[in-house]
Amino acid sequence: MSAIYILWLRELKRYVRSRAQMVASLGQPLLYLLALGFGLGPVFQRAGYGSYIQLLAPGVIGMTVLFSSIFSGLGLLWDRQFGFLKETLVAPVPRLHIMIGRTLGGATVAVIQGMLVFIISFIAGFRPANWLLVPVAVAFMVAIAVVFAALGVAIGSSIQDMQGFQLIMNFLVMPIFFLSGALFPLAGHGIVLTVITRLDPLSYGVDGIRTVLLSSSQFEPAFAVSTSAIVLGAVGSVLLVIGAWRFSKIEI
Amino acid sequence: MIHVKNLVKTFGNFTAVDDVSFEVAPGEIFAFLGPNGAGKTTTIKMLTTLLQPTSGAIELDGLNPRIHQNEARKRFGIVFQDPSLDGDLTAWENMEIHGVLYHVPYKLRHHRAEELLKLFELWERRNEQVKKFSGGMKRRLEIARGFLHTPKILFLDEPTLGLDPQSRNQLWNHVRRVNESEGVTVFLTTHYMDEADRVAHRIGIIDHGKLVAQGTPTEIKEQAGAATLEDAFLTLTGSTIRDESAGSADMMRQFAKMWSGGRR
Repeated sequence: MSAIYILWLRELKRYVRSRAQMVASLGQPLLYLLALGFGLGPVFQRAGYGSYIQLLAPGVIGMTVLFSSIFSGLGLLWDRQFGFLKETLVAPVPRLHIMIGRTLGGATVAVIQGMLVFIISFIAGFRPANWLLVPVAVAFMVAIAVVFAALGVAIGSSIQDMQGFQLIMNFLVMPIFFLSGALFPLAGHGIVLTVITRLDPLSYGVDGIRTVLLSSSQFEPAFAVSTSAIVLGAVGSVLLVIGAWRFSKIEI
Repeated sequence: MIHVKNLVKTFGNFTAVDDVSFEVAPGEIFAFLGPNGAGKTTTIKMLTTLLQPTSGAIELDGLNPRIHQNEARKRFGIVFQDPSLDGDLTAWENMEIHGVLYHVPYKLRHHRAEELLKLFELWERRNEQVKKFSGGMKRRLEIARGFLHTPKILFLDEPTLGLDPQSRNQLWNHVRRVNESEGVTVFLTTHYMDEADRVAHRIGIIDHGKLVAQGTPTEIKEQAGAATLEDAFLTLTGSTIRDESAGSADMMRQFAKMWSGGRR
């Protein structure tokens, strides 16, 4: 247990110390909120869908949590190259504990980032319909964070160096983001897009956050909250098992 | 304490370690010598559960590290050849993580961390991030960290690389001390033959993955008919210079330097 705690704490310390990274990783969500939220807002309004920033903010929060958690998992690659990974791998601690400590640390950082973006969205004009449900939204952020931190660890354990990084970015992370409905409503698409969005775990996270933060007049959920929670829980468990298995196989 | 029998490791069609067998007795200081790329580090990686051997048997304190990974890991400590510190954390935090991972009780690990940081003259800068340290300081911290817990077997992979004579002296005195007072078995590699001659009880010389000589320093010198260990080493392994290609790790470091503005 103490190993899990100390590695969780390490991730947090690293996050707090790299202010530049913190600011940089908030720049992108801010850009999305400004450019898309204010840029497309009037068109969205005229089309009769109401306020775009209300729809967009949960999507951008989901995006932030996705990026932050998956990169924390891939941080394994940096630790491999800079050697710290070896230090943890020869320690007399089950590798499962090391993997869990890292994953929870990365997930915690991702949730903090998500909450910061929530605050930024609030400043940009986003208003939750019911403040009492904000903790449920945070629970969804936690679920998204665990799912993708575990995915990041699974991938980070399986590739040797950063050369595969761009590939993962373009063919995995960006599609997960764009096809999750983070930027558009999930209803009313053709069969292809409908199927794809339903295969994307992030869709359930974003939809869950929207359902609890928006009023029913603003947003029509694609899934029941319980469905989203179950899907995220199931995908998260499977990815944790795969991540732990891949991590236990690392050779240096 | 360490039994290695017919150990083989191949990467593709390259044989890094080729049918190596040796034994290290409890309480012994064993020096594993060889030119660059001879298979020293690969052997250490297999002994310390970081790599699976292709074939052959290893026993650490009666345990097979392949099967009883965790039990085997409890038996040893290691100072790696290349860096393994977390640059974003302070020296003290690096020691603390190590202490927790090796289950050293709170009071003892703080006491020992203080002692070791003072011994290797890092105490004044314990609260600075390691990435701000010079190469020699990082190296000293790695070594201090390796001594934080008392293992049965201590692996030192070229521990003196990049150390000044003062630190080297401290290191070897400390190695002798833990060996004599706590009976720690030491398995070390080095390129400095005089160090091996002074410190090691027994020596094994490896070249091109094969063990070419084994014995006490005197025996090795007699076997090669040379006056010094350095001459014996050259006689046994030839005088051609070996190349080691830059691995992906080195390329990665270059890349990281470029992007982080030398932050790491």
